[in-house]
Amino acid sequence: MLKPLGDSSILVQLGDEIDSALNQRVHTLDALLQSIPTVIETVPAYCTVLVHYDPLITTYNQIKNRIEEKISQLDESTHRPSRRLEIPVLYGNASGLDASTLLSTSFDLVAATLGLSPSELIRLHSEREYTIYMMGFTPGFPYMGILNEKLTLPRLSTPRTRVPAGSVAIAGSQTGIYPVDSPGGWHILGHTPLKLFDPASETPFLFSPGDIVKFIPTN
Amino acid sequence: MLELLEITGIATLQDSGRRGWNKFGVPTSGPMDWFACQAANFLLNNPPNSATIELGLGEITFHALRNTVLAVTGAGYEVENYIWTFPLWTTFYVRAGWTVRVKKTGGGNWAYIAIAGGFDSPVIMGSRSTYLRGGIGSALKAGDVLHSFTPTTDLLKLAARNFLLVGQDLSCPYKTQPEGCGTYVIEVIPAPQADWFTPEGIRAFYESEYILSPSFDRMGYRLQGPPIEKAITKELISEGMTMGSIQIPADGQPIVIMADAPTAGGYPKIANITRASLPLLAQCEAGVSKIRFRETTVDEAREKYRMLYHPFGI
Repeated sequence: MLKPLGDSSILVQLGDEIDSALNQRVHTLDALLQSIPTVIETVPAYCTVLVHYDPLITTYNQIKNRIEEKISQLDESTHRPSRRLEIPVLYGNASGLDASTLLSTSFDLVAATLGLSPSELIRLHSEREYTIYMMGFTPGFPYMGILNEKLTLPRLSTPRTRVPAGSVAIAGSQTGIYPVDSPGGWHILGHTPLKLFDPASETPFLFSPGDIVKFIPTN
Repeated sequence: MLELLEITGIATLQDSGRRGWNKFGVPTSGPMDWFACQAANFLLNNPPNSATIELGLGEITFHALRNTVLAVTGAGYEVENYIWTFPLWTTFYVRAGWTVRVKKTGGGNWAYIAIAGGFDSPVIMGSRSTYLRGGIGSALKAGDVLHSFTPTTDLLKLAARNFLLVGQDLSCPYKTQPEGCGTYVIEVIPAPQADWFTPEGIRAFYESEYILSPSFDRMGYRLQGPPIEKAITKELISEGMTMGSIQIPADGQPIVIMADAPTAGGYPKIANITRASLPLLAQCEAGVSKIRFRETTVDEAREKYRMLYHPFGI
């Protein structure tokens, strides 16, 4: 289903749910769309791809036809191979949070709220491989899933004003990593020393949408 | 070369934007008012993607370290030194040693200061645009010295050019709607979730007047007016969005996504402002300007955008 979003973007909707197979199709289509010369850039998300184009050089109908051709090739296309990345995580109470909210954000409190021992919490979070469904919120923030349902927690009702870069966190059925210091309402389980975003680098991002991530507990 | 002496409000360098990184969560950034930014570079024969100073809601005073020509465009400002005052949409010769001030005069939010040759600053991820929340570039501050590229056109030929004389068809977006007063008619195209709202909600959106809330910035413009009611209350699964997307959160008050906004979001979108109308919204005066939305089609919006863009060459 294709719909305009303003006069220079088209939203392609492939489904209406958060689902790994559907999201794989999104990333496969996203790869196919890159060969259309009038596409400026794309934003793959859970079940949609937003396609940005320049209306000075193409029309809505022209770009719509090109996208429809790519959608029709989707079923014969092999899945774009996913990269698999291992991310070291130091699980435990986060440091560097603003002091006023420190107590409400600790690893221990999450474990207690979920009724899990610390080691169980670490095992349940790190045993699965997660797909990066989409990236956004801040530069390089990966939305990953699906979490074991024993780890489901609603977001904090009041987001923290500052979550340090590298914080590994959970909310709902998803997990993510804060790439830059920012406000945030997810529950922090630990910290990775890896840099997810470096604007000065030739390759500024560690992750790409569609990558597979495995957390490795470290000391 | 300019040395910045005093800045109030927010001043950043912006070129035409950073493309290709939206899928990683990096907004396009670039100017809030693309037309004014393009016009400032156009007046100086600069490459269209040259960096300009975007000045928002404040004033800037600087000192020229070399002879140069500047162009200032936008709404709600004028330019002065000890001797003269210049209106916007013109170029003016500045001698080494002169102190120049871009001064707030009234309605309108953003001014663009271009320099002959274009400002030279580090290119980060393909662009000179500043994105403060992402740590890309930084806000300009007193003491900064800004360098520029060597202009390709003789400075005297660039002095005292006026956009309304140079732009062939005078299609300045503010021409019919004087800055900072009256009602702004903003054209929109219905967005993918336009059918998530009740008929009353849709009517409120197209038939009421909205005003810009004083808490606005480069990320988003919050509007105030009759709330827009939803018929579908399920959560939207986050999807990509773009400058001009009008989100309706739970309180029914529209939020317009602007240049530095997140690249994706989870509030339903009722409509999307056209490129031709974005400069008008960008320059609306908070609490004063009245905003009305009018539905248009993708094809009509494209025609208007092409006409506005015409003076800059396609």
